[in-house]
Amino acid sequence: MVNMKHESLLSIAALRRHIASIERHNGARSTEIFAFGAASVDQELGGGLALGRMHEVFAATADNASSAAGFALMLAIRASTHGGAILWLRQEQAEFQAGRLHATGLAELGLNPERLILGIAPDTQTLLKAAADSLRCAGLGAVVIEPWRSPYAIDLTVSRRLGLAAEHSGVTAILLRSDAAPVPSVAQSRWEVSGTLSTPLAANAPGGTTFDIKLLRHRGGRDGLAWRVEWNRDRQIFHETPLSGAILPLPAGGPLAAHGKVTPLRQAG
Amino acid sequence: MTLADARALVGDFAVFEHDIQADQRWLERLADYCERYTPMVSCDPPDGLLLDITGCGYGYDGEAGLVRDVEQRFARIGMTMKAALAYAPEAAHALARFQTVPASDEYLAVRRLGITALEAEPETETALRRAGLKTIADLATRPSAVLTARFGDETTDKLARLLGKADSRITPRRPLPALAVERRFAEPIAKVAFALDILTALAGETAQILESRSNGGRRFIARFFRSDGAVRDIMVETGLPTRDPAILERLFRERVDALADPIDPGFGFDMIRLGVARLEPIAPTQLQLEGGSVADKEVAELIDRLSIRLGRNRVHRFIPRDTHIPEQAELALPAIEAPVTAAWKEPPEGEPPMRPIHLFDPPQPIEVIGASVPDGPPARFRWRRTLHEIIHYEGPERIAPLWWRMAQGEGLTRDYFRIEDVRGRRFWIFRHGLYGTERQNPGWYMHGLFA
Repeated sequence: MVNMKHESLLSIAALRRHIASIERHNGARSTEIFAFGAASVDQELGGGLALGRMHEVFAATADNASSAAGFALMLAIRASTHGGAILWLRQEQAEFQAGRLHATGLAELGLNPERLILGIAPDTQTLLKAAADSLRCAGLGAVVIEPWRSPYAIDLTVSRRLGLAAEHSGVTAILLRSDAAPVPSVAQSRWEVSGTLSTPLAANAPGGTTFDIKLLRHRGGRDGLAWRVEWNRDRQIFHETPLSGAILPLPAGGPLAAHGKVTPLRQAG
Repeated sequence: MTLADARALVGDFAVFEHDIQADQRWLERLADYCERYTPMVSCDPPDGLLLDITGCGYGYDGEAGLVRDVEQRFARIGMTMKAALAYAPEAAHALARFQTVPASDEYLAVRRLGITALEAEPETETALRRAGLKTIADLATRPSAVLTARFGDETTDKLARLLGKADSRITPRRPLPALAVERRFAEPIAKVAFALDILTALAGETAQILESRSNGGRRFIARFFRSDGAVRDIMVETGLPTRDPAILERLFRERVDALADPIDPGFGFDMIRLGVARLEPIAPTQLQLEGGSVADKEVAELIDRLSIRLGRNRVHRFIPRDTHIPEQAELALPAIEAPVTAAWKEPPEGEPPMRPIHLFDPPQPIEVIGASVPDGPPARFRWRRTLHEIIHYEGPERIAPLWWRMAQGEGLTRDYFRIEDVRGRRFWIFRHGLYGTERQNPGWYMHGLFA
């Protein structure tokens, strides 16, 4: 009896060691983060989001798909400030129905298109397989994975596979869901994005890219927070703008121009 | 003989339309089959194949042994054939079709052929016969100037090639690989996994040869010869020249996994050949301190794998083009061959994005309500059954069609507007045609979406 008890104690100790080794393995790479640049966001996030993890970006409604794509790109840019190519994996249907990814437009958001590789998969399964393979390539800066609708294909197993691959190589994965509802996943953070009114420039022209972002979930941090941020293309960081929704009587030129010189006349076209 | 005559004589038989295409396809397939002997195979329609087997008799007991092997294999797949060996393609062609009397060697055999072997025009042939020239030997002894004067260049050229006096070669059906290694099996192998292992071994052999030449391959073609005559090609391509067997193995496995119709071993493969279609020198790489070149290599290998899994036209890099037409301003090239560096214009500082991130191709028509004429923006518009109220706009940015097309009366001026609706969606729309001068009622289109 005593002997048996001793043995079970031994095996429990062995199990504990095993669990500890697994935890060590997971915990070893959690230190590096990338910041948004907007102080209030970074403060709530504890400095920023973790590199080498998976982050999910959802569009608030289907017609916010482009805003969500833009936000995903901005996260990818922030996560790969050290350089490296950004791989964007899409599906054929997205290219046909949601519009082709326009490299010139991405350049306008601050990505040098030289760094962009676009992969187009015929279906979700192929896309996810390609994504898992790509995430193992440590030479990449970030991977944007954009499945087209199909909420069932992405389950916990798939997201765990992607998450582990990202963790192992240190490549940040951005899972972009334009027209889908959140499902359980191992993502480090989950965002909901909708485009919002920009601060108009001179002559009532649309201003810089402004989003309402909502942090739906943040592993090991607070969630349920919301901000209104504007993307500064030139410095490749976010700025916060007040969440009131009202258009503030800012000087002509807006916050974008305020960083550089204010030009009373803009060249339009 | 007409079909009616034949029916009257024999009565009961099956009739098929002559399907030239099917014949040609079958001939092509047999030609593929014959590539096991030599890469220099060409079709000799309608019913012949020409093989250049110079130096290929090794392993078959010489050239005669090789011919015996061809005969055996063709008999096995139910083909009757007549083979002839000769010093020139034309001579072999003529011997296979027109030889009636045996001869001790091919030179003599060709000389004993009748002049039908020239396959000249009927008038020429009649003229030759009338002149008492009945065999090739009769012609061969005449001075060619006389023959040219009487029967034309064509006859003497043909004769020269038949006699091996003029240079004549086979044009192979496919470009020859720069390098090829192969393995034959006494017993056909029926397992794809084993065939892939053999391929890995062949990749190892290739790597040794390439290393000695300090070259790498950009395109590799594995050819699986099935014992029943079917041939299957699997090609992989790499962005950077490579000779690493491990990479090749991975690429081939990737390719085989991604095949829409999997490799069918049937009764087994009896030969596998690995050809390198494109050779390029491998430059020695120097590691950078930051590991830049290692990362680049990893990404290049990833692009290779993705290009094989998704298809080479589905993995893109973008390069800019010097045009002001928005949808033509960039080119998506296969990443496997696109240059990595390209001169992209930096957007001006402090400006909001002027081009959308999603571009519709073709642009989608929208229903516009209350557009101010002649060149103002709409007040609201309907797109995908949703009404959008415009609050901010900028434009028009006028983009004219290409002048050489405008001169022909084609193409309309587009007036682009960057707009924002009350809910904060940002769109890029344009009016197609100038109001009044180009169109009475110009159409409006949605061309793209801003982030």
